[in-house]
Amino acid sequence: MAEQLLSLSNICKHYGHKQVLDDISLSLIRGKITTLIGPNGAGKSTLAKIVLGLVSPDSGSRRCMKNLKIGYMPQKIKIDETLPLSTLRFVELTDRSSKKCLQALQTVGIASSAATPIRGLSGGELQRALLARAILQDPDLLVLDEPVQGVDINGQNQLYTMINDLAGQLNCAVLMISHDLHLVMSTTDHVICLNKHICCHGAPEQVTQDPAFINIFGQATTVYTHHHDHNHSLKGAAIEHSQKSASQ
Amino acid sequence: MIISDFLLYALLAGLGVAVAAGPLGCFVVWRRMAYFGDTLAHSALLGIALGIMLDININVTLIILPLIVAIILVNLEQRTSLSLDSLLGIISHSALAAGLILIALLPDVRIDLMSLLFGDLLAVTKQDLWIIYCVSAVAVGLLLALWKPLISMTVDQELATIEGHNVKLLRTALMLITAMVIAIAMKIVGILLITALLIIPAATASKLSETPEQMAVLASSIATLSVALGLAMTWYLDTPAGPSVVISASCLFGISQVVGRRTS
Repeated sequence: MAEQLLSLSNICKHYGHKQVLDDISLSLIRGKITTLIGPNGAGKSTLAKIVLGLVSPDSGSRRCMKNLKIGYMPQKIKIDETLPLSTLRFVELTDRSSKKCLQALQTVGIASSAATPIRGLSGGELQRALLARAILQDPDLLVLDEPVQGVDINGQNQLYTMINDLAGQLNCAVLMISHDLHLVMSTTDHVICLNKHICCHGAPEQVTQDPAFINIFGQATTVYTHHHDHNHSLKGAAIEHSQKSASQ
Repeated sequence: MIISDFLLYALLAGLGVAVAAGPLGCFVVWRRMAYFGDTLAHSALLGIALGIMLDININVTLIILPLIVAIILVNLEQRTSLSLDSLLGIISHSALAAGLILIALLPDVRIDLMSLLFGDLLAVTKQDLWIIYCVSAVAVGLLLALWKPLISMTVDQELATIEGHNVKLLRTALMLITAMVIAIAMKIVGILLITALLIIPAATASKLSETPEQMAVLASSIATLSVALGLAMTWYLDTPAGPSVVISASCLFGISQVVGRRTS
């Protein structure tokens, strides 16, 4: 049964004279992964913050389930270098017991770094620490803003798989912001292509064929130009993969 | 006997301020509020001038004016295109200038401007001690009570909000505590050097600590030691007390940088 956790209708948002979001409506459903893609400056993060209730829209409404528990993984986090904080203490800020916090670190695979200062973590480890903090909320809804940023290509796949598994275990709705659709294609249920307004949306296979999507991102093959790992895309393996996705 | 009395008062006053300055200073460093602290301190001078002019107890106006300035600041920040940095610069120095002008214009009032600007630790009275200890106790009590949420907000405001903390309230509380500590620290090091007493001990403690709590306690200890060293310097070298306290703190900071580098 589709349980609707949160819905936005006709959301508009301006910053100064600049319109960031125009007439956005969406709903998030338990057990479903929704991916938000779009070019830089398309308003993805702003939309996520409206979903989270951190930013209030100029017009439109946000309705959500009573006592909705949200786990949020921000795009980046800036902790001052002078603040001495271990990774365990970082996740303990959630006010959960040390035991639960350690378990969460174990779940995301960085239990061995519990005593490491949070600013000593690598990009991938920091993302996992943020994910641990998000799942400690026992969330109904997970909002992930570019969760694989600063993570190498192998780590990206691992992290996406982990998020997918966790979403299943927690039985929550997921709203994920991503640059590159092809990496999340297999795990996402619904794609929203955003460029201030919703250009198109639907199942991933359907969206990649949409003229509006192609207009912004080009043909499915050229999605690879968005990829961070350029060396890799120049090699045979990557080309083979893109032909496959183009034929879908 | 009199000599030892005023030295004892000075030491006790310094201790009372140092206990609160340690943990608060940590937040000032972590949250990069140094300039903000300066602005509040400068507006305290305006508070004193207004207090004398309007015949209100200056201990009250000297806390209230920085609070009003803080609230104006928060509201202005959302409305102007100026950076917070410039905005603070404008307000901070305007408040200082206005305070200095008002004090100069006040008729029949003899105010020792130097003691306001640089502190007069050796002139601390028994009544001052009471005020210092009461305010310091409230400030430390508030910091202790709000410690975890304040740390959470310092690490990340958005995550703190989503995890159910009232960030707006916490920010206001931190401003209030800052205004309170600035009011009592003025006695020790004066308006122009207050932020030094907040920042230097905390920065010194940063490299030597592994948890936020350790850093707060260490910062308090370093601030206390700075007061004691500063007073000793004043006693033996006849230097001004406030600047001596600050220079002692700076020396400890220098030592910690050398020691910290060697151990890490």
